[in-house]
Parts: sequence; C-alpha cells; structure tokens
Amino acid sequence: MSARRSGLLFTYLAFGYAFLYVPIFILMVFSFNESRLVTVWAGFSTKWYGELFRDQQMLDAAWMSLRIAFLTATAATALGTLAGLIMARFGRFRGHHLFAGMITAPLVMPEVITGLSLLLLFVSMEQMLGWPQGRGMTTIWIAHTTFSTAFVAIVIASRLRELDISVEEAAMDLGARPAKVFFVITLPIIAPALLSGWLLAFTLSLDDLVIASFVSGPGSTTLPMVVFSSVRLGVSPKINALATIIIVLVSISILVAGLLLARMDRKKRAPRSTENGDA
Amino acid sequence: MIRKFWQRIRPGHGSVIAIPYLWLLLFFLIPFIIVLKISFAEMQLAMPPFTDLTEYAEERLQFNVNLGNYLYLLTDDLYVSSYFASLKIAFISTVLCLLIGYPMAYAIARSSPAVRTGLLMLIVLPSWTSFLIRVYAWIGILKNNGLINNALMAMGIIDEPLHILHTNFAVYIGIVYAYLPFMILPLYANLVKLDYSLLEAASDLGARPWKTFLTVTLPLTKAGIIAGSMLVFIPAVGEFVIPELLGGPETLMIGKVLWQEFFNNRDWPVASAVAIVMLLLLVVPMVLFHHYQNKELE
Amino acid sequence: MNAIPDAGKPATKANYVQIRNVTKVFDDVYAVDDVSLDISQGEIFALLGSSGCGKSTLLRMLAGFEAPTSGSIFIDGVDMSSIPPYRRPVNMMFQSYALFPHMTVEQNVAFGLKQEGVPRRLIADRVQQLLKLVRMQPYARRKPDSLSGGQRQRVALARSLVKQPKLLLLDEPMAALDKKLREQMQLELVDIIESVGVTCVMVTHDQHEAMTMANRIGVMDEGRILQIGTPTEIYEMPNCRFTAGFVGSVNLFEGRVVEDEPGYVVIQSEDLPQKLYIDHGITGTMDMQVWVAVRPEKILVRRQRPESEYNWLQGKVRDIAYFGSHSIYHVALPGGRVVMAHVSNQQRDCEDCPTWEDEVFLSWEGNSGVVLTR
Repeated sequence: MSARRSGLLFTYLAFGYAFLYVPIFILMVFSFNESRLVTVWAGFSTKWYGELFRDQQMLDAAWMSLRIAFLTATAATALGTLAGLIMARFGRFRGHHLFAGMITAPLVMPEVITGLSLLLLFVSMEQMLGWPQGRGMTTIWIAHTTFSTAFVAIVIASRLRELDISVEEAAMDLGARPAKVFFVITLPIIAPALLSGWLLAFTLSLDDLVIASFVSGPGSTTLPMVVFSSVRLGVSPKINALATIIIVLVSISILVAGLLLARMDRKKRAPRSTENGDA
Repeated sequence: MIRKFWQRIRPGHGSVIAIPYLWLLLFFLIPFIIVLKISFAEMQLAMPPFTDLTEYAEERLQFNVNLGNYLYLLTDDLYVSSYFASLKIAFISTVLCLLIGYPMAYAIARSSPAVRTGLLMLIVLPSWTSFLIRVYAWIGILKNNGLINNALMAMGIIDEPLHILHTNFAVYIGIVYAYLPFMILPLYANLVKLDYSLLEAASDLGARPWKTFLTVTLPLTKAGIIAGSMLVFIPAVGEFVIPELLGGPETLMIGKVLWQEFFNNRDWPVASAVAIVMLLLLVVPMVLFHHYQNKELE
Repeated sequence: MNAIPDAGKPATKANYVQIRNVTKVFDDVYAVDDVSLDISQGEIFALLGSSGCGKSTLLRMLAGFEAPTSGSIFIDGVDMSSIPPYRRPVNMMFQSYALFPHMTVEQNVAFGLKQEGVPRRLIADRVQQLLKLVRMQPYARRKPDSLSGGQRQRVALARSLVKQPKLLLLDEPMAALDKKLREQMQLELVDIIESVGVTCVMVTHDQHEAMTMANRIGVMDEGRILQIGTPTEIYEMPNCRFTAGFVGSVNLFEGRVVEDEPGYVVIQSEDLPQKLYIDHGITGTMDMQVWVAVRPEKILVRRQRPESEYNWLQGKVRDIAYFGSHSIYHVALPGGRVVMAHVSNQQRDCEDCPTWEDEVFLSWEGNSGVVLTR
C-alpha cells in the first residue's frame, strides 16, 4: 500500500472516530454547564450531579436496572454457554435448524416485535396458568435473559470453535467423563469468553428501553424508561450528568476488561502459531 | 466427527439440549404464535383487550377468525406508507453505514496488530454505553438553538436556524451513528482474515488498485458485507427510539406506529397485525443474515 | 490399573491387539474398509499412508473417539466396542499434543491418575518418575505455553504413559516439530517407549519416520491395508505398485510373463528391447500382465555395454540431481521414458563419470527386481 493511500485511509479513519466520539464529548462537557440550557456555555458547575443524586425516582430506577442487569447477565451466561456448547459441539440433532434460528433471530429482531410478543405471552400465560401475576421485575428479567442468551451463545460458540478439540479429547482419553471434561477443561479455558459474555449481557439489559417498556408493570420502572420520559420533554443537564457517569463507568470497565482479556489472549495464543493444523 | 460421538455417549445429553431449547421455544418462538393469534382477534374494552378466537357457543366450538385488522392495514394509507418509509430509511441508512464503515474497517484491519486491538475497542466502546443517551446527544447538537445552528450563525453563514431536528435527515444521522459499530465489526472480522498476499498477487498480475479491490477484496468480504448490512437494516426497519426522539411529524416509521397503536390507542390486535406484517417483510433479510452468520461461525 | 474385566480367553503375545474386519463409513465414504490386523505385545506398529487414507480414523477407533460401522477391536482379549474412551486402557499422544493450557506440566501429567482417584502421594511419586523419564523435571511447574515444541512433546508423552496403558497411540508424533528436531526426537521417543515396554500404534505420512521408529509398518491407501511388514520387507519386497511407489522411489516396467519357472521368471516389456529376468518365482500364469519394480540404488550406470542377455537398458543422460552423498541420474530411453538411477559420489571429482547427454548403459542383478501383480 502506498504511503499516500494509507495516509488517506487513516485520515478517513480519524474522521470516522470523530463522528463517533464528538457527540459524546459534547454531551459530557455540557454536563458541567452552569446554565440549564445545554447548548450555551455559562460557566463550570457540578450542580447537576448534585441534583441527579437527589432525584429519588432516578436512583430507584437505577437500582432496579442494576438488579435486573445482574440477574439477566448471570442467567444469560448460564443459558448462553449451554446454547453455545450445543451449537459448537453437538452437531446435527433433531431440530438443530430451529435451534440455530432461535439463536440468530434475536440478534436482529426489531425490539418492538420482541417486546410486544413477550407481553402477549405473559398476558396469555397469566390468563391460562395464573402466572406471572401482573408484570414487573420477573417479566423484564425473563425478556432480557431471552435476547441476551443469543448474544452470549454467539460469543461462546465462536470461542469454542477456535478451541483445539483434541484438548477435550485428550482429557476424555485420560479418563475424564464428558461432564467432567466440560467443567475441568473446557470451562476454565473459555473463562475469558464467559466473562465477556456476562458483561455483554449486563450492558444489553442495562441499556434496553423498548422491550422493558412493553413487559414492565407499575413499580418496575427501569433507568432507560425514566431517562426516556425525561428526554421526550426536552434536553436536561441532569441527563447529561447521568450520561457522563455511565460513559465513564463503562469506559473504565471496558478498558480494564479489554486489557485483561487481551493479555490473557496474547499469552495463550502466541505459542499456538507454531502448531500446525491437522493434515 | 467428535461431535457425533459426544452426542451418542454423553449421558444427560438430552437434558443439556433441553434447557436452552425449551427456554427459547417458550419465550421466543411461542410468543410469535400468540401475536399471530391475536392479530386475528378483535379489540374490546376489557382486560385483556381482545376477543377470544375460539368460542363455545350453541354446543359447538366456533372459530372467530377476523381478517379485519389486516384489511384495515391495507386500506389506511398511514400503515402502507409507514412500511415503505421504514424500508426506505433503513435501506439508505444501511448503504450510508456501509460507505462509512467499510473504509474504516479496512483501515483498522490493515493497521499493525498492536494498534488494531485498541482501534477496535474504540469502535465497540460507544455501543456499550447507553443507546438512548447516544441518540439524546444529537438533540443538543441538531436543535434549532443547538450547537450546529449556534456555530453557523455565529460565523455568519446563516441568519436564521436551519431546521434539522425532527426531520428525516436527523433520523438518518441517528441511525447511522447508532448502528455504525454493528456494520464495522463483521466487516473487520472478514477483512482481517483476508490474506494480504492475494492483493499483492493481483497487483503483481497487473490489476490496478481499484480493480484489485473490485475483483478480489470485495468478493472475498461478501459475507461480512451481508452480515453487517443485515445487522443494520433489520433492526432499523423496526426502530422506535430514533424516529421518536429525532424524527418529526413527517417521519412515519412502522416501529413508532406499532408503539402508538399499542400504548396510545391500546389496540392490541392491530398492533399484532402490524408486527406480523413487519415480520413477513423481514423474513428474507433474516434468512440471509442467518445463512451468513452461520457460515461465519463454521 | 484400568478396571476392565478380563473377558474371554487371554490374548497371546502375538495378537495383543486384534482388529477384526473393521469398517467405518462417513456419509457413504468408506474411511476404513474391512481392515483386519494383529499387533503383538510390546511392538511399535506404524500405520503409513497419505492424508485421507483412513489411518487417523483407524487410530481414533482404537482410542474410542469413533465407533466402527462394523467389525470389532479387542485389546488384550477384551472387546472394546461398548467401552467409551474414558474407560479404555488406551492413551493417545495427540498431533497438536493437546496439553491443557491452564495447567502446569505437573498437573497435566497427573490428570489421568486423578481421574482414577489414585492417592495424592502415589500420584506425586508417579508424576516425578515420568518427568524424570522424559527429562522434564526442571519444568514441572511451568505452563505449556512457555515450553518449546520438543519439550511439549515430551510432556505429552509422559502424560499418555502415566496410566501405564496397554496400548499407546501416537498421532503424527513429529508433525508439530521442525525437521532438525524431528530426527533427534524420533530416536529419543523410541528409546522411551521401548524402556517402558508399552505396545504402541502410531500414525504417520512420513516413510522415514515410520521406518526409523516402527518394528512393523502397515501401508494404507483408500481405507485398506495394502501390505504389512518390517521396514525392510516393505521396502525391498513391496507387494503392489502403490507400496513400491509410496515408500521410496522406484522404476516400474510393465510387461508380460514369457517364461514362468519355479525358480525364476522372464518378462518381456514392450517399451524395452531386452527381457527382464527375476530370480524368484511368482504365483501367476503365462502371459499375465505384471510390473517389474527396480529401486534406483540397485541400478548400475556404466559406459560399457553389459554382457548379460537380460536386465539392461541403453539411454542418454537427461538430468543429474546432485544430493552430495549421491546423485540421481535421469536417463532417457530411446522410446522417451525416463529411468532413475543412484550413483554414489565416492570421489570428489570423477572425470570419467557419465555426464549430461552421454550415452550410458543401465543394468541390475536378477535379484534386484520385484515382480508385482497389482
């Protein structure tokens, strides 16, 4: 590649990153604005952060969202790991086409459709079985777990597919039963993928507005729902403050996790390059 | 081959499959059947606000299948034009994402491995922060007294503010901004696997750079292009938050229509019919996505 | 060590491992086609063949990772068909070595014993013993990714020997090593295996590896075993064209039997003016189509016409490939076909050695050729 062309490419890249990050930086800068107008700078202030932390509705919703996200991430990691294992290792069983479809479809399914369909399911179940009674945290948790499972399954399946299968065979050859192979060999090796799956499910749940709006009930308002109803009425520096906190927290945890995973990966993969594939 | 073996001898193999399988059947597949069922029902003022499809009257089981909701969708101009507008907006946004995302993915894939991880992380990072907040960020920028208008007026380029927010233009910006990472990731995954010596071979054989790109790079990254495009197009068709916050009264998108039908009009049967028609429109893109996604994984 | 009940009568030394009419079909493809084979106790047996010939599938059936479509496998008299890999007295050294990346060398070697609930003290002793055997004691607490290829191979070997298996399987043991290390490790591996005395089946596509390491070799092609024999037998007395060509290089002359006596045969080839004389009888009939195989190193290159009536050819030197210790002459016969002959380079510069475009005579003894009927 000529230097001129690679220069052009990287200028383009720089503009791309600017497009992605400038709006976020503006958002963060104006969270420290003195004025209520989020677009005119009127001096530095942290008063909106103070106001944010006095907003009980916001705090309750945040707590609700965090609890749901934690439960979702945990359940989705368990279910998604099983689903990923099935996709990567179980080959063709009866109904595997349908199973693969139910894993990929949630990745792209428009949220309004997922939300509506789950709500109608819960209403019908309540009519027929008497459960779930009304809607709330449990129904949101079920909804979030369902679509997060698909994402976790994809993460796990692609990790399992690049794992040398003879490592599992070796364990079995040395006397470990299949279930033991999974827990003693496979799981520890793919632990980083499990962690990224968990984090992914956590943020997916924390971020969801549309599906939660359909399946939530009174008393189970999540943070995105509060933010949305506030944003609909117009811009507010309090939301900027909240956004700044979220962005900073997410960036820090992503960077830490990313560096950690990259290091684990490098360590694990570097010597692999000397090993040839099967003939 | 080992897979077959695991399948044969693994004790409790069935139950390993059963847990996620049943969960997905119950909470992903069956709900669509219920949506289909309710789309044939009629609205009523009760809880739940729709009629039963089956009725036991005059000692016979009767089916009350009602196609009225679908006829209503066809006859009311609002729905038909909303579907078309959604497909159009999603399509144009996808093309824009591809045009912006492909060179970016290419540049990242061509950078040195040490930098690559960092660059990629910077692409992913925004999508891990809140979607809602990233859409919200544009309100402050695009408003009549927002940053762009203030800046342009301060520079004396315009006298009165441009009307950008609450237009389709703002919706395009929002969709491209929010979905760009989903385009870049599969493209990158494809481009990084591309053997660079193939490009060198092509240019060694006399192909000009542009020709090399069209005849070698592009066909070899087809799977990534399709996967990325579907990851943008399909959810964008049903997008609600972006048209709601950035779009205006003229923005008719079907996700927004469904939301209003459900929450404002409380007409669950019509909302269900809207969802079913949307699903039918998206079947082909979804099958395409499924096909290339699976290929990518194998 | 392994809790396998001794069913049936005990195996003799010669048929310690019995493979009986084993066939494996994958989606209508016969990966292994009716293979029967006996392996005796303590021997190193190599399955030799190109990739896709079925040798790996056969090995995986011995390990229990694949089930035969039909046929059966007995080890020390016990039918293996219903025994899963984790209960077979068989251990395998994998091509990629398949060391557990999250465990130390010590833990890797101990893994097999742990699965059986061996007391910890005994495990520690046994692991030390094995690490000493493969000279890896100093690396006991290292993780596999900090080891070199040769070291990893030794750990893999120790791991697969720790349970004292009745049968050790080696899957392309040298494939992950570079060429220099390969030759050294071949001998070292054989030393260790022989000192332990374990019966061993290995799979390789490399004829030198098979000949260096194995007591007996089975040559496989398209799912079938074509010939079984010691390295010398396989090389000197191939029983078919495939074996002759796969193991070493060979000149093949097609012809028909014109004299068939118990002690010798004479073969007339259409390509060659002289008849071919082979000093062993064959089971065949007059006028049947056969091939005569002559190894290049058995052929003498001379400027003088040989006196004999049989077994010589005249041609022109087309090419000389110089290998240092010897050269390979490519000699074109008048009909156009090319015959290869080794010439050993005993002198530094040989003035009357034939060179490019020289007319030469090629000849060989009556006991050098082999008649092949298939």
